[in-house]
Amino acid sequence: MFPIPIFRDWEFIPISNGGSAFMEQLIQQLVNGISLGSIYALIALGYTMVYGIVKLINFAHGDVFMVGAFIGFYSITVFHLGFFPALLISMAACAIFGVLIERIAYKPLRNATRIAALITAIGVSLFIEYGTIYIRGAQPEAYPNGIVPLKSIEILGVKISGQSLLILAVSIFLMILLQFIVHKTKIGKAMRAVSHDQDAAKLMGINVNNTISATFAIGSALAGAAGVVFGMYYTKIEPLMGIIPGLKAFVAAVLGGIGILPGAMAGGLLLGVIEALVSAAGFSLWRDGVAFVVLILILIFRPAGLFGKNVREKV
Amino acid sequence: MKSSKHAKGFWLSIVLAVIFSIVMQFLISGGTLNPFYVNTLFSIGINIILAVSLHLIIGITGQFSIGHAGFLAVGAYMSAIVTMKLALPFPVAILAAGMAAAVAGLVIGIPTLRLRGDYLAIATLGFGEIMRIVFLNIDYVGGASGMTVTHLTTWPWVIACVLMTIIVIVNFTNSTHGRACLSIRENEIAADAMGINTTYYKVMAFVIGAFFAGVAGALHAHNFYIIQPGNFGFLKSFDILILVVIGGLGSMSGSVFAAILLTIISTYLSNYPELRMVIYSLVLVVMMLFRPQGLMGTKEITAFLKMGKSAKGGSHDDGKHTTA
Repeated sequence: MFPIPIFRDWEFIPISNGGSAFMEQLIQQLVNGISLGSIYALIALGYTMVYGIVKLINFAHGDVFMVGAFIGFYSITVFHLGFFPALLISMAACAIFGVLIERIAYKPLRNATRIAALITAIGVSLFIEYGTIYIRGAQPEAYPNGIVPLKSIEILGVKISGQSLLILAVSIFLMILLQFIVHKTKIGKAMRAVSHDQDAAKLMGINVNNTISATFAIGSALAGAAGVVFGMYYTKIEPLMGIIPGLKAFVAAVLGGIGILPGAMAGGLLLGVIEALVSAAGFSLWRDGVAFVVLILILIFRPAGLFGKNVREKV
Repeated sequence: MKSSKHAKGFWLSIVLAVIFSIVMQFLISGGTLNPFYVNTLFSIGINIILAVSLHLIIGITGQFSIGHAGFLAVGAYMSAIVTMKLALPFPVAILAAGMAAAVAGLVIGIPTLRLRGDYLAIATLGFGEIMRIVFLNIDYVGGASGMTVTHLTTWPWVIACVLMTIIVIVNFTNSTHGRACLSIRENEIAADAMGINTTYYKVMAFVIGAFFAGVAGALHAHNFYIIQPGNFGFLKSFDILILVVIGGLGSMSGSVFAAILLTIISTYLSNYPELRMVIYSLVLVVMMLFRPQGLMGTKEITAFLKMGKSAKGGSHDDGKHTTA
């Protein structure tokens, strides 16, 4: 009934050679998984922040990620900027883009039904995707190699590429920065207040509209950074690249408990590692499906997520 | 008195539909309609089935499902296996496709329909993607390169399936079960408090919707010669969703009109697929901003016909809000 495909990853792993080759492969896959997972985590943070504050699944978030990757690409190839300036430009442009999306499409619907907002989000997402294809065509672009001259290093006999480490460093730095913003600054305090109770926050003199816009700006900036990092790591970018990472990042957000920042980080890393392990086990063709299986399992058994608390419904 | 009047309208529309389909059959077999129009007609029929079946889930029961293409895929592949691998006749394939999709609906519905709103949407979306990846990885059905299918879809089959779908779903909506589903749409907690087994009715609506999506899948597979997992992705689910949303969440005639209208528009825009998607998505956003209840709201076409006679409307509201 199910013939085995000719090519399977495990056929290239000489397991009989002793455990060390297998271990090396495993560690290598774990490193890949953590790099990928930190990209998911960066995107998931935007999802979870927006969901926490306006209770909206911002489907367009994956497309902000795509736009970020393209802005980074054009700043590197057309304006000959280095990696870090390109990263900053992409983050700034995505922040503005995110606020524009929020102001034009989502703000008028703030008091509409959830379903209307969800449909709008799907519409905005498709508009960005196909608008990009309409403007510049569907052909993929290749990120230039060696933007950051990094040597790979060896730890425990495993070669770890400098790019993986850079991704990890950038992501961890941005996550720490985000934690600082949310917990130590005035706007962070406002964001937490609005997500807790919008009406009460308004009564306390918090400008809810600006706070929501700031949330979108920060989330979109993180997605833009993820886009540049993704482009550098996988080299290929295209207008529809945001769909699958976007959905998986959402899964990561749900996995950690939607609306909870540390949950999104942990969920993203966990999902990346799970995918890498599934690839390592020889089911690399199934790895796109695993995220959704994880999603359905977590929704059935622990709908509040790993870090979430169960909230009783009130009538 | 009232019920006989109801039945009279029902039989009248059946007779009209049969006359219409016989006339169309003569036009097709006589060669008056060229193959391009015939193909458009088949697409309209398939889209009507899909729209009406999703209407039952979203419009009537208020469960926001965005993985309808998953059921379409199950139906398409099941019917293709039945006709191509097992060499059984087409009617068996249609039935098997519906049954397979209904089973898929049951399996996915029982765990996920306990979820609400956004979570349900994401879970069904995940289901659609899983289905696509499963078919991508099974070599028996051709993997990524897909499966070739002979052309067996004919006008009598299309119109028979369309009429069957509409009749079953209209009658379901007007039955006790349908009213239970409507009450879940209006307020799930209140429906629960009134003693309605909400999970049971949600799963029932889901399974019926999935069954007809599977039937549409059989017609789709045997109309387009080839089926590939890539055709049943998120975008296909979205194409079906937009029919229901634009027609009006809760209005079956709205879904049918939207299916006819959008199929014709997209046939003429098929040379510009990107432009088509840009226009679709803009229409969707603008629609949600300015007329969130869709073209018809929750009203049916019959409500407009008897507007002058009496202003009573049991399940009709002011049509100013969307469902769920």
